[in-house]
Amino acid sequence: MTIAISIADLKKTYGNGFEALKGISLEVEEGDFFALLGPNGAGKSTTIGVLSTLVKRTSGKVQVFGKNVDTHIYETKYDLGLVPQEFNFNQFEKVQDVVITQAGYYGLPKKLAIKRSEKYLRKLGLWEKRDEQSRSLSGGMKRRLMIARALAHEPRLLILDEPTAGVDIELRRSMWKFLGDINASGTTIVLTTHYLEEAEQLCRNIAIIDDGLIIENTSMRNLLTQLDSETFILDSFTNIGNLPNVQIDGVSIRKLDDKSLEVTLSAENNINQVFIELDRMGVKVSSLRNKTNRLEQLFLSRLERNGSK
Amino acid sequence: MFDNHKYIAFKTIVTREVRRFSRIWVQTLVPPAITICLYFVIFGNLVGRRIGEMGGFQYMEFIIPGLIMMSVIQNSYSNVVSSFYSAKFQKTVEELLVAPIPNYIILSGLIAGGMCRGLAVGVIVTVMSLLFSDLNIQYPAITVSIILLTSILFSLAGFINAIFANSFDDIAIIPTFVLTPLIYLGGVFYSVQLLPTFWQIVSALNPIFYMVNAFRFGILGSSDIDVRWAFLILFIFIAVLYTCCIWLLRSGKGIRT
Repeated sequence: MTIAISIADLKKTYGNGFEALKGISLEVEEGDFFALLGPNGAGKSTTIGVLSTLVKRTSGKVQVFGKNVDTHIYETKYDLGLVPQEFNFNQFEKVQDVVITQAGYYGLPKKLAIKRSEKYLRKLGLWEKRDEQSRSLSGGMKRRLMIARALAHEPRLLILDEPTAGVDIELRRSMWKFLGDINASGTTIVLTTHYLEEAEQLCRNIAIIDDGLIIENTSMRNLLTQLDSETFILDSFTNIGNLPNVQIDGVSIRKLDDKSLEVTLSAENNINQVFIELDRMGVKVSSLRNKTNRLEQLFLSRLERNGSK
Repeated sequence: MFDNHKYIAFKTIVTREVRRFSRIWVQTLVPPAITICLYFVIFGNLVGRRIGEMGGFQYMEFIIPGLIMMSVIQNSYSNVVSSFYSAKFQKTVEELLVAPIPNYIILSGLIAGGMCRGLAVGVIVTVMSLLFSDLNIQYPAITVSIILLTSILFSLAGFINAIFANSFDDIAIIPTFVLTPLIYLGGVFYSVQLLPTFWQIVSALNPIFYMVNAFRFGILGSSDIDVRWAFLILFIFIAVLYTCCIWLLRSGKGIRT
Protein backbone atom coordinates (compact mmCIF):
# COMPACT_ATOMS: atom_id res chain seq x y z
CA MET A 1 0.00 0.00 0.00
CA THR A 2 1.34 3.44 -0.94
CA ILE A 3 1.73 5.94 1.84
CA ALA A 4 0.01 9.18 0.90
CA ILE A 5 1.46 11.25 3.74
CA SER A 6 4.50 10.47 5.80
CA ILE A 7 5.50 12.92 8.51
CA ALA A 8 8.52 12.20 10.69
CA ASP A 9 9.43 14.16 13.83
CA LEU A 10 7.85 17.34 12.55
CA LYS A 11 8.53 20.41 14.66
CA LYS A 12 7.37 23.96 14.23
CA THR A 13 8.23 26.91 16.42
CA TYR A 14 6.79 30.24 15.31
CA GLY A 15 8.72 33.49 15.35
CA ASN A 16 7.12 34.51 18.65
CA GLY A 17 8.52 31.37 20.30
CA PHE A 18 5.25 29.42 20.30
CA GLU A 19 5.99 25.73 19.82
CA ALA A 20 3.05 24.58 17.69
CA LEU A 21 4.40 21.12 16.82
CA LYS A 22 6.75 19.30 19.17
CA GLY A 23 7.82 16.42 16.97
CA ILE A 24 4.87 14.63 15.45
CA SER A 25 5.10 11.53 13.30
CA LEU A 26 2.19 10.33 11.22
CA GLU A 27 1.38 8.14 8.25
CA VAL A 28 -1.73 8.20 6.10
CA GLU A 29 -2.27 5.43 3.58
CA GLU A 30 -3.41 6.08 0.04
CA GLY A 31 -7.19 5.86 -0.26
CA ASP A 32 -7.74 6.51 3.42
CA PHE A 33 -10.29 8.88 4.92
CA PHE A 34 -8.28 10.19 7.81
CA ALA A 35 -9.36 12.45 10.67
CA LEU A 36 -6.96 14.79 12.40
CA LEU A 37 -8.66 15.92 15.57
CA GLY A 38 -7.64 18.17 18.39
CA PRO A 39 -8.74 21.19 20.39
CA ASN A 40 -8.18 24.73 19.13
CA GLY A 41 -4.49 25.59 18.97
CA ALA A 42 -3.42 21.94 19.16
CA GLY A 43 -1.43 22.06 15.92
CA LYS A 44 -3.86 20.72 13.30
CA SER A 45 -3.76 23.73 11.00
CA THR A 46 -0.01 24.06 11.42
CA THR A 47 0.39 20.44 10.27
CA ILE A 48 -1.80 21.14 7.26
CA GLY A 49 0.10 24.37 6.63
CA VAL A 50 3.40 22.48 6.55
CA LEU A 51 1.97 19.90 4.13
CA SER A 52 0.72 22.62 1.81
CA THR A 53 3.97 24.63 2.19
CA LEU A 54 2.18 27.67 3.62
CA VAL A 55 3.99 27.10 6.92
CA LYS A 56 7.76 26.65 7.03
CA ARG A 57 8.67 23.81 9.34
CA THR A 58 11.45 24.10 11.91
CA SER A 59 12.59 20.49 11.46
CA GLY A 60 11.35 17.08 10.43
CA LYS A 61 10.69 15.24 7.21
CA VAL A 62 7.53 15.38 5.11
CA GLN A 63 6.73 13.14 2.17
CA VAL A 64 3.67 13.07 -0.07
CA PHE A 65 3.15 9.83 -2.01
CA GLY A 66 6.74 8.88 -1.26
CA LYS A 67 8.22 12.12 -2.53
CA ASN A 68 10.04 14.57 -0.35
CA VAL A 69 8.28 17.95 -0.34
CA ASP A 70 11.66 19.74 -0.46
CA THR A 71 13.16 17.90 -3.39
CA HIS A 72 9.98 17.24 -5.39
CA ILE A 73 8.24 20.55 -4.77
CA TYR A 74 6.06 20.69 -7.85
CA GLU A 75 5.07 17.00 -7.99
CA THR A 76 4.02 16.97 -4.34
CA LYS A 77 2.10 20.23 -4.74
CA TYR A 78 0.32 18.85 -7.79
CA ASP A 79 -0.80 15.79 -5.82
CA LEU A 80 -2.37 17.92 -3.15
CA GLY A 81 -5.63 19.87 -2.99
CA LEU A 82 -6.24 22.15 -0.04
CA VAL A 83 -9.50 23.41 1.44
CA PRO A 84 -8.40 25.87 4.12
CA GLN A 85 -10.32 26.95 7.17
CA GLU A 86 -10.65 30.59 6.12
CA PHE A 87 -12.14 31.81 2.84
CA ASN A 88 -9.10 32.64 0.74
CA PHE A 89 -10.49 33.19 -2.74
CA ASN A 90 -10.99 36.52 -4.42
CA GLN A 91 -14.45 37.56 -3.28
CA PHE A 92 -14.84 39.86 -6.29
CA GLU A 93 -14.30 37.10 -8.84
CA LYS A 94 -17.20 35.24 -10.37
CA VAL A 95 -17.78 31.79 -8.89
CA GLN A 96 -16.69 29.90 -12.00
CA ASP A 97 -13.65 32.15 -12.48
CA VAL A 98 -12.41 31.22 -8.99
CA VAL A 99 -12.27 27.57 -10.05
CA ILE A 100 -10.92 28.23 -13.55
CA THR A 101 -8.16 30.49 -12.24
CA GLN A 102 -7.01 27.88 -9.73
CA ALA A 103 -7.03 25.23 -12.47
CA GLY A 104 -4.84 27.57 -14.52
CA TYR A 105 -2.33 27.80 -11.68
CA TYR A 106 -2.02 24.02 -11.93
CA GLY A 107 -1.38 24.26 -15.66
CA LEU A 108 -4.76 23.02 -16.92
CA PRO A 109 -5.61 24.28 -20.40
CA LYS A 110 -8.57 26.65 -20.49
CA LYS A 111 -10.96 24.14 -22.13
CA LEU A 112 -10.23 21.50 -19.52
CA ALA A 113 -10.40 24.08 -16.73
CA ILE A 114 -13.90 25.12 -17.87
CA LYS A 115 -14.97 21.48 -18.09
CA ARG A 116 -13.67 20.70 -14.60
CA SER A 117 -15.23 23.82 -13.14
CA GLU A 118 -18.59 22.77 -14.55
CA LYS A 119 -18.17 19.22 -13.27
CA TYR A 120 -17.43 20.21 -9.69
CA LEU A 121 -19.69 23.24 -9.48
CA ARG A 122 -22.56 21.02 -10.62
CA LYS A 123 -21.65 18.28 -8.14
CA LEU A 124 -21.51 20.79 -5.32
CA GLY A 125 -24.74 22.52 -6.30
CA LEU A 126 -23.13 25.81 -7.34
CA TRP A 127 -23.59 25.69 -11.10
CA GLU A 128 -26.58 28.04 -11.02
CA LYS A 129 -24.42 30.56 -9.18
CA ARG A 130 -21.47 30.36 -11.59
CA ASP A 131 -21.83 33.93 -12.91
CA GLU A 132 -22.36 35.55 -9.52
CA GLN A 133 -19.63 37.31 -7.57
CA SER A 134 -18.36 34.86 -5.01
CA ARG A 135 -18.83 37.34 -2.17
CA SER A 136 -22.59 37.07 -2.70
CA LEU A 137 -22.57 33.37 -1.76
CA SER A 138 -23.69 32.15 1.65
CA GLY A 139 -21.12 30.73 4.08
CA GLY A 140 -21.98 27.15 3.17
CA MET A 141 -21.74 27.90 -0.54
CA LYS A 142 -18.35 29.53 -0.06
CA ARG A 143 -17.11 26.37 1.66
CA ARG A 144 -18.37 24.27 -1.24
CA LEU A 145 -16.72 26.64 -3.68
CA MET A 146 -13.40 26.06 -1.93
CA ILE A 147 -13.90 22.31 -2.29
CA ALA A 148 -14.68 22.70 -6.03
CA ARG A 149 -11.58 24.87 -6.39
CA ALA A 150 -9.37 22.32 -4.60
CA LEU A 151 -10.66 19.54 -6.84
CA ALA A 152 -10.20 21.39 -10.13
CA HIS A 153 -6.87 19.68 -10.83
CA GLU A 154 -8.17 16.36 -9.42
CA PRO A 155 -5.51 15.83 -6.76
CA ARG A 156 -4.71 12.42 -5.32
CA LEU A 157 -4.82 13.86 -1.82
CA LEU A 158 -7.47 16.27 -0.56
CA ILE A 159 -6.90 18.07 2.74
CA LEU A 160 -9.88 19.75 4.34
CA ASP A 161 -9.43 22.02 7.33
CA GLU A 162 -12.82 22.20 9.04
CA PRO A 163 -14.81 22.13 5.80
CA THR A 164 -18.22 22.09 7.44
CA ALA A 165 -17.67 24.81 10.04
CA GLY A 166 -20.81 26.96 10.16
CA VAL A 167 -22.65 24.78 7.67
CA ASP A 168 -26.22 23.71 8.50
CA ILE A 169 -26.89 20.05 9.18
CA GLU A 170 -28.67 19.30 5.91
CA LEU A 171 -25.88 20.76 3.85
CA ARG A 172 -23.27 19.12 6.06
CA ARG A 173 -24.78 15.72 5.34
CA SER A 174 -24.80 16.37 1.60
CA MET A 175 -21.13 17.36 1.84
CA TRP A 176 -20.40 14.13 3.72
CA LYS A 177 -22.02 12.21 0.90
CA PHE A 178 -19.98 14.11 -1.67
CA LEU A 179 -16.71 13.58 0.21
CA GLY A 180 -17.55 9.90 0.68
CA ASP A 181 -18.00 9.57 -3.08
CA ILE A 182 -14.73 11.38 -3.80
CA ASN A 183 -12.95 9.06 -1.37
CA ALA A 184 -14.61 6.00 -2.89
CA SER A 185 -13.29 7.07 -6.29
CA GLY A 186 -9.74 6.81 -4.90
CA THR A 187 -8.89 10.24 -3.51
CA THR A 188 -7.16 10.15 -0.15
CA ILE A 189 -8.83 12.56 2.25
CA VAL A 190 -7.48 14.14 5.42
CA LEU A 191 -10.03 16.02 7.44
CA THR A 192 -9.89 18.20 10.51
CA THR A 193 -13.17 18.94 12.18
CA HIS A 194 -14.75 19.93 15.45
CA TYR A 195 -17.85 17.88 14.62
CA LEU A 196 -16.82 14.52 16.02
CA GLU A 197 -19.93 12.91 14.58
CA GLU A 198 -18.55 13.89 11.18
CA ALA A 199 -15.23 12.19 11.83
CA GLU A 200 -16.98 9.08 13.16
CA GLN A 201 -19.27 8.89 10.13
CA LEU A 202 -16.61 9.47 7.49
CA CYS A 203 -13.16 8.47 8.67
CA ARG A 204 -11.50 5.09 8.86
CA ASN A 205 -8.41 6.22 10.73
CA ILE A 206 -7.80 8.93 13.22
CA ALA A 207 -5.10 10.88 14.99
CA ILE A 208 -5.71 13.12 17.95
CA ILE A 209 -3.27 15.96 18.35
CA ASP A 210 -2.97 17.96 21.53
CA ASP A 211 -0.46 20.58 22.55
CA GLY A 212 1.71 19.85 19.51
CA LEU A 213 1.88 16.09 20.07
CA ILE A 214 -0.02 13.11 18.67
CA ILE A 215 -1.73 11.48 21.63
CA GLU A 216 -3.73 8.89 19.72
CA ASN A 217 -3.25 7.38 16.27
CA THR A 218 -5.33 4.36 15.40
CA SER A 219 -8.28 3.13 13.37
CA MET A 220 -11.69 4.52 14.19
CA ARG A 221 -12.93 1.00 14.97
CA ASN A 222 -10.10 0.38 17.41
CA LEU A 223 -10.61 3.66 19.11
CA LEU A 224 -14.33 3.15 19.58
CA THR A 225 -13.79 -0.28 21.13
CA GLN A 226 -11.74 1.44 23.81
CA LEU A 227 -14.86 3.02 25.28
CA ASP A 228 -15.20 1.86 28.91
CA SER A 229 -18.90 2.55 28.98
CA GLU A 230 -21.65 3.85 26.79
CA THR A 231 -24.75 5.82 27.70
CA PHE A 232 -28.03 5.47 25.79
CA ILE A 233 -31.33 7.26 25.93
CA LEU A 234 -34.28 4.86 25.61
CA ASP A 235 -37.73 6.16 24.74
CA SER A 236 -40.85 4.23 25.68
CA PHE A 237 -44.26 3.98 23.93
CA THR A 238 -46.07 4.31 27.22
CA ASN A 239 -45.56 5.97 30.59
CA ILE A 240 -42.81 4.22 32.49
CA GLY A 241 -44.17 4.76 35.99
CA ASN A 242 -41.69 3.92 38.76
CA LEU A 243 -37.99 3.50 37.94
CA PRO A 244 -37.54 -0.12 36.79
CA ASN A 245 -35.41 -2.15 39.16
CA VAL A 246 -33.05 -3.73 36.63
CA GLN A 247 -30.40 -5.86 38.36
CA ILE A 248 -27.58 -6.38 35.87
CA ASP A 249 -23.93 -5.97 36.85
CA GLY A 250 -22.35 -2.99 35.12
CA VAL A 251 -25.67 -1.41 34.14
CA SER A 252 -27.22 1.65 35.74
CA ILE A 253 -30.57 3.15 34.85
CA ARG A 254 -31.91 6.63 35.52
CA LYS A 255 -35.38 7.89 34.74
CA LEU A 256 -35.30 11.12 32.75
CA ASP A 257 -39.06 11.68 32.42
CA ASP A 258 -42.25 9.64 32.14
CA LYS A 259 -41.29 8.26 28.74
CA SER A 260 -37.50 8.07 28.70
CA LEU A 261 -34.64 6.40 30.52
CA GLU A 262 -30.92 6.91 30.59
CA VAL A 263 -29.03 3.60 30.55
CA THR A 264 -25.29 3.38 31.12
CA LEU A 265 -23.61 0.07 30.48
CA SER A 266 -20.00 -1.00 30.69
CA ALA A 267 -18.08 -2.39 27.70
CA GLU A 268 -18.69 -6.01 28.80
CA ASN A 269 -22.46 -5.63 28.83
CA ASN A 270 -24.96 -6.28 26.10
CA ILE A 271 -27.85 -3.90 25.48
CA ASN A 272 -30.09 -6.90 24.67
CA GLN A 273 -29.99 -7.89 28.34
CA VAL A 274 -31.42 -4.50 29.22
CA PHE A 275 -34.19 -4.79 26.62
CA ILE A 276 -35.19 -8.20 27.92
CA GLU A 277 -35.33 -6.98 31.52
CA LEU A 278 -37.29 -3.87 30.61
CA ASP A 279 -39.73 -5.89 28.50
CA ARG A 280 -40.24 -8.24 31.44
CA MET A 281 -41.18 -5.21 33.55
CA GLY A 282 -43.63 -3.96 30.94
CA VAL A 283 -41.52 -1.15 29.48
CA LYS A 284 -41.82 -1.18 25.70
CA VAL A 285 -38.83 0.61 24.12
CA SER A 286 -39.73 2.58 21.00
CA SER A 287 -36.33 4.06 20.17
CA LEU A 288 -32.72 4.17 21.27
CA ARG A 289 -29.92 6.70 20.78
CA ASN A 290 -26.48 7.48 22.15
CA LYS A 291 -26.55 10.21 24.76
CA THR A 292 -23.34 11.73 23.45
CA ASN A 293 -21.29 10.94 20.39
CA ARG A 294 -19.02 7.99 21.19
CA LEU A 295 -16.01 9.58 19.61
CA GLU A 296 -16.65 12.74 21.57
CA GLN A 297 -16.55 10.71 24.79
CA LEU A 298 -13.21 9.20 23.78
CA PHE A 299 -11.83 12.47 22.51
CA LEU A 300 -12.52 14.21 25.79
CA SER A 301 -11.12 11.32 27.84
CA ARG A 302 -7.88 11.34 25.79
CA LEU A 303 -7.49 15.08 26.21
CA GLU A 304 -8.17 14.75 29.93
CA ARG A 305 -5.57 12.01 30.18
CA ASN A 306 -3.10 14.26 28.35
CA GLY A 307 -3.76 17.04 30.84
CA SER A 308 -5.28 19.38 28.26
CA LYS A 309 -7.17 22.34 29.64
CA MET B 1 6.16 21.18 -14.00
CA PHE B 2 6.14 21.09 -17.78
CA ASP B 3 6.95 24.22 -19.78
CA ASN B 4 3.39 24.26 -21.10
CA HIS B 5 2.04 24.17 -17.53
CA LYS B 6 4.32 27.06 -16.62
CA TYR B 7 3.10 29.06 -19.58
CA ILE B 8 -0.54 28.40 -18.65
CA ALA B 9 0.14 29.40 -15.03
CA PHE B 10 1.88 32.59 -16.22
CA LYS B 11 -0.99 33.43 -18.56
CA THR B 12 -3.49 32.78 -15.76
CA ILE B 13 -1.72 35.19 -13.41
CA VAL B 14 -1.52 37.89 -16.09
CA THR B 15 -5.18 37.40 -17.04
CA ARG B 16 -6.18 37.65 -13.38
CA GLU B 17 -4.17 40.86 -12.96
CA VAL B 18 -5.58 42.46 -16.10
CA ARG B 19 -9.10 41.41 -15.10
CA ARG B 20 -8.56 42.99 -11.68
CA PHE B 21 -7.53 46.43 -12.86
CA SER B 22 -10.01 46.38 -15.76
CA ARG B 23 -12.86 45.54 -13.39
CA ILE B 24 -12.08 48.65 -11.34
CA TRP B 25 -11.18 50.84 -14.34
CA VAL B 26 -12.79 53.87 -12.73
CA GLN B 27 -10.18 53.63 -9.96
CA THR B 28 -7.23 52.46 -12.04
CA LEU B 29 -7.43 53.94 -15.55
CA VAL B 30 -9.55 57.08 -15.32
CA PRO B 31 -7.88 59.01 -12.43
CA PRO B 32 -4.34 59.03 -13.93
CA ALA B 33 -5.80 60.08 -17.28
CA ILE B 34 -7.65 63.00 -15.67
CA THR B 35 -4.64 64.03 -13.56
CA ILE B 36 -2.30 64.06 -16.53
CA CYS B 37 -4.90 65.89 -18.61
CA LEU B 38 -4.91 68.61 -15.95
CA TYR B 39 -1.11 68.81 -16.17
CA PHE B 40 -1.44 69.29 -19.92
CA VAL B 41 -4.03 72.03 -19.51
CA ILE B 42 -2.44 73.90 -16.61
CA PHE B 43 1.31 73.44 -17.06
CA GLY B 44 1.45 72.76 -20.78
CA ASN B 45 -1.17 75.13 -22.07
CA LEU B 46 -1.76 77.93 -19.56
CA VAL B 47 1.61 78.23 -17.81
CA GLY B 48 3.58 76.78 -20.73
CA ARG B 49 2.55 79.59 -23.08
CA ARG B 50 4.26 82.10 -20.77
CA ILE B 51 7.35 79.87 -20.35
CA GLY B 52 7.91 79.59 -24.08
CA GLU B 53 10.69 77.15 -24.94
CA MET B 54 12.42 74.55 -22.80
CA GLY B 55 15.46 72.61 -24.09
CA GLY B 56 14.79 73.93 -27.57
CA PHE B 57 11.12 72.77 -27.68
CA GLN B 58 7.73 74.25 -26.92
CA TYR B 59 7.07 73.70 -23.20
CA MET B 60 4.07 71.45 -23.97
CA GLU B 61 6.20 69.27 -26.25
CA PHE B 62 8.92 69.18 -23.59
CA ILE B 63 6.72 67.93 -20.75
CA ILE B 64 4.73 65.30 -22.69
CA PRO B 65 7.40 62.54 -22.54
CA GLY B 66 7.94 63.14 -18.81
CA LEU B 67 4.24 63.01 -18.06
CA ILE B 68 3.82 59.78 -20.04
CA MET B 69 6.77 58.34 -18.15
CA MET B 70 5.33 59.52 -14.82
CA SER B 71 2.03 57.78 -15.46
CA VAL B 72 3.76 54.55 -16.48
CA ILE B 73 6.00 54.55 -13.39
CA GLN B 74 3.19 55.29 -10.96
CA ASN B 75 0.75 52.81 -12.43
CA SER B 76 3.17 49.92 -12.90
CA TYR B 77 4.24 50.37 -9.29
CA SER B 78 0.80 50.79 -7.80
CA ASN B 79 -0.72 47.86 -9.70
CA VAL B 80 1.74 45.35 -8.28
CA VAL B 81 1.87 46.83 -4.79
CA SER B 82 -1.89 47.07 -4.39
CA SER B 83 -2.68 43.76 -6.06
CA PHE B 84 -0.10 41.73 -4.18
CA TYR B 85 -0.70 43.41 -0.83
CA SER B 86 -4.46 42.87 -1.21
CA ALA B 87 -3.76 39.23 -2.03
CA LYS B 88 -1.70 38.98 1.16
CA PHE B 89 -4.34 40.80 3.20
CA GLN B 90 -7.23 38.67 1.91
CA LYS B 91 -5.06 35.52 1.93
CA THR B 92 -5.81 34.90 -1.74
CA VAL B 93 -2.04 34.73 -2.21
CA GLU B 94 -2.34 31.23 -0.72
CA GLU B 95 -3.97 30.11 -3.98
CA LEU B 96 -0.69 30.87 -5.71
CA LEU B 97 1.57 29.56 -2.99
CA VAL B 98 0.02 26.10 -2.76
CA ALA B 99 0.06 25.66 -6.54
CA PRO B 100 3.03 24.09 -8.31
CA ILE B 101 4.28 27.35 -9.78
CA PRO B 102 7.97 28.30 -9.72
CA ASN B 103 8.69 31.61 -8.01
CA TYR B 104 9.99 33.20 -11.18
CA ILE B 105 6.67 32.48 -12.92
CA ILE B 106 4.71 34.05 -10.05
CA LEU B 107 6.95 37.10 -10.19
CA SER B 108 6.87 37.32 -13.99
CA GLY B 109 3.07 37.13 -14.01
CA LEU B 110 2.74 39.92 -11.47
CA ILE B 111 5.31 42.07 -13.28
CA ALA B 112 3.53 41.51 -16.60
CA GLY B 113 0.28 42.57 -14.90
CA GLY B 114 1.94 45.74 -13.61
CA MET B 115 3.33 46.44 -17.08
CA CYS B 116 -0.08 45.96 -18.67
CA ARG B 117 -1.62 48.60 -16.42
CA GLY B 118 1.36 50.96 -16.67
CA LEU B 119 1.41 50.73 -20.44
CA ALA B 120 -2.40 50.94 -20.72
CA VAL B 121 -2.33 54.23 -18.81
CA GLY B 122 0.73 55.31 -20.84
CA VAL B 123 -1.21 54.74 -24.07
CA ILE B 124 -4.25 56.64 -22.73
CA VAL B 125 -2.03 59.59 -21.73
CA THR B 126 -0.23 59.51 -25.08
CA VAL B 127 -3.53 59.60 -26.97
CA MET B 128 -4.70 62.49 -24.79
CA SER B 129 -1.47 64.36 -25.41
CA LEU B 130 -2.30 64.37 -29.11
CA LEU B 131 -5.11 66.77 -28.27
CA PHE B 132 -2.49 69.29 -27.15
CA SER B 133 0.50 68.68 -29.37
CA ASP B 134 1.79 66.67 -32.31
CA LEU B 135 3.93 63.70 -31.43
CA ASN B 136 6.69 62.76 -33.84
CA ILE B 137 8.65 59.93 -32.30
CA GLN B 138 12.28 60.29 -33.34
CA TYR B 139 13.67 56.97 -32.13
CA PRO B 140 10.83 54.43 -31.72
CA ALA B 141 13.09 51.56 -30.60
CA ILE B 142 14.60 53.63 -27.78
CA THR B 143 11.20 55.01 -26.81
CA VAL B 144 9.60 51.56 -26.59
CA SER B 145 12.53 49.82 -24.88
CA ILE B 146 12.92 52.56 -22.27
CA ILE B 147 9.23 52.54 -21.40
CA LEU B 148 9.16 48.72 -21.18
CA LEU B 149 12.27 48.51 -19.00
CA THR B 150 11.03 51.32 -16.73
CA SER B 151 7.71 49.57 -16.36
CA ILE B 152 9.47 46.30 -15.42
CA LEU B 153 11.67 48.11 -12.91
CA PHE B 154 8.83 49.83 -11.07
CA SER B 155 6.68 46.72 -11.09
CA LEU B 156 9.54 44.93 -9.32
CA ALA B 157 9.83 47.81 -6.85
CA GLY B 158 6.09 47.62 -6.19
CA PHE B 159 6.40 43.92 -5.45
CA ILE B 160 9.11 44.51 -2.83
CA ASN B 161 6.96 47.20 -1.21
CA ALA B 162 4.02 44.76 -1.08
CA ILE B 163 6.13 42.03 0.52
CA PHE B 164 7.23 44.31 3.37
CA ALA B 165 3.89 46.10 3.78
CA ASN B 166 1.91 45.27 6.90
CA SER B 167 -0.92 47.71 6.37
CA PHE B 168 -2.55 49.72 3.61
CA ASP B 169 -0.62 52.76 4.94
CA ASP B 170 2.62 50.98 4.11
CA ILE B 171 1.71 50.70 0.45
CA ALA B 172 1.06 54.46 0.23
CA ILE B 173 4.24 55.66 1.99
CA ILE B 174 6.79 54.85 -0.73
CA PRO B 175 4.73 56.24 -3.67
CA THR B 176 3.94 59.41 -1.73
CA PHE B 177 7.22 60.17 0.00
CA VAL B 178 9.79 58.61 -2.34
CA LEU B 179 8.43 57.96 -5.82
CA THR B 180 6.54 61.21 -6.43
CA PRO B 181 9.40 63.50 -5.27
CA LEU B 182 11.90 61.52 -7.37
CA ILE B 183 9.66 61.79 -10.44
CA TYR B 184 9.04 65.53 -9.95
CA LEU B 185 12.76 66.14 -9.43
CA GLY B 186 13.64 63.85 -12.35
CA GLY B 187 13.30 66.56 -14.97
CA VAL B 188 9.68 66.00 -15.96
CA PHE B 189 8.91 69.73 -15.94
CA TYR B 190 12.31 71.30 -16.54
CA SER B 191 15.66 70.80 -18.18
CA VAL B 192 18.44 70.03 -15.74
CA GLN B 193 20.54 72.65 -17.57
CA LEU B 194 18.47 75.30 -15.79
CA LEU B 195 19.69 74.16 -12.39
CA PRO B 196 22.81 75.37 -10.57
CA THR B 197 25.76 72.94 -10.78
CA PHE B 198 25.18 71.53 -7.29
CA TRP B 199 21.57 70.59 -8.09
CA GLN B 200 22.64 69.17 -11.45
CA ILE B 201 24.94 66.78 -9.53
CA VAL B 202 22.13 65.92 -7.12
CA SER B 203 19.80 65.26 -10.07
CA ALA B 204 22.38 62.89 -11.51
CA LEU B 205 21.90 60.69 -8.41
CA ASN B 206 18.20 60.27 -9.19
CA PRO B 207 17.71 57.18 -11.40
CA ILE B 208 14.34 58.46 -12.65
CA PHE B 209 16.12 61.47 -14.14
CA TYR B 210 17.87 59.12 -16.60
CA MET B 211 14.67 57.31 -17.54
CA VAL B 212 12.72 60.51 -18.17
CA ASN B 213 15.54 61.95 -20.26
CA ALA B 214 16.10 58.78 -22.26
CA PHE B 215 12.38 58.59 -23.01
CA ARG B 216 12.39 62.26 -24.01
CA PHE B 217 15.34 61.53 -26.27
CA GLY B 218 13.38 58.72 -27.92
CA ILE B 219 10.45 61.05 -28.64
CA LEU B 220 12.06 64.45 -29.22
CA GLY B 221 15.61 63.43 -30.13
CA SER B 222 17.07 65.67 -27.41
CA SER B 223 18.20 64.85 -23.90
CA ASP B 224 20.24 66.17 -20.96
CA ILE B 225 22.09 62.85 -20.71
CA ASP B 226 23.67 60.12 -22.80
CA VAL B 227 20.88 57.49 -23.17
CA ARG B 228 23.40 54.66 -22.76
CA TRP B 229 23.56 55.62 -19.08
CA ALA B 230 19.83 55.19 -18.83
CA PHE B 231 19.98 51.67 -20.30
CA LEU B 232 22.87 50.73 -18.02
CA ILE B 233 21.11 52.03 -14.93
CA LEU B 234 17.87 50.29 -15.89
CA PHE B 235 19.59 46.95 -16.49
CA ILE B 236 21.50 47.16 -13.20
CA PHE B 237 18.44 48.13 -11.16
CA ILE B 238 16.27 45.47 -12.80
CA ALA B 239 18.89 42.78 -12.13
CA VAL B 240 19.27 43.81 -8.49
CA LEU B 241 15.55 44.15 -7.77
CA TYR B 242 14.68 40.91 -9.61
CA THR B 243 17.25 39.04 -7.51
CA CYS B 244 15.81 40.59 -4.33
CA CYS B 245 12.25 39.65 -5.35
CA ILE B 246 13.17 36.03 -6.06
CA TRP B 247 15.05 35.81 -2.78
CA LEU B 248 12.08 37.26 -0.89
CA LEU B 249 9.69 34.79 -2.54
CA ARG B 250 11.99 31.88 -1.78
CA SER B 251 12.41 32.93 1.84
CA GLY B 252 8.63 33.31 2.22
CA LYS B 253 9.07 36.73 3.80
CA GLY B 254 5.66 38.16 4.64
CA ILE B 255 3.76 35.37 2.87
CA ARG B 256 4.65 32.11 4.62
CA THR B 257 4.75 31.76 8.41
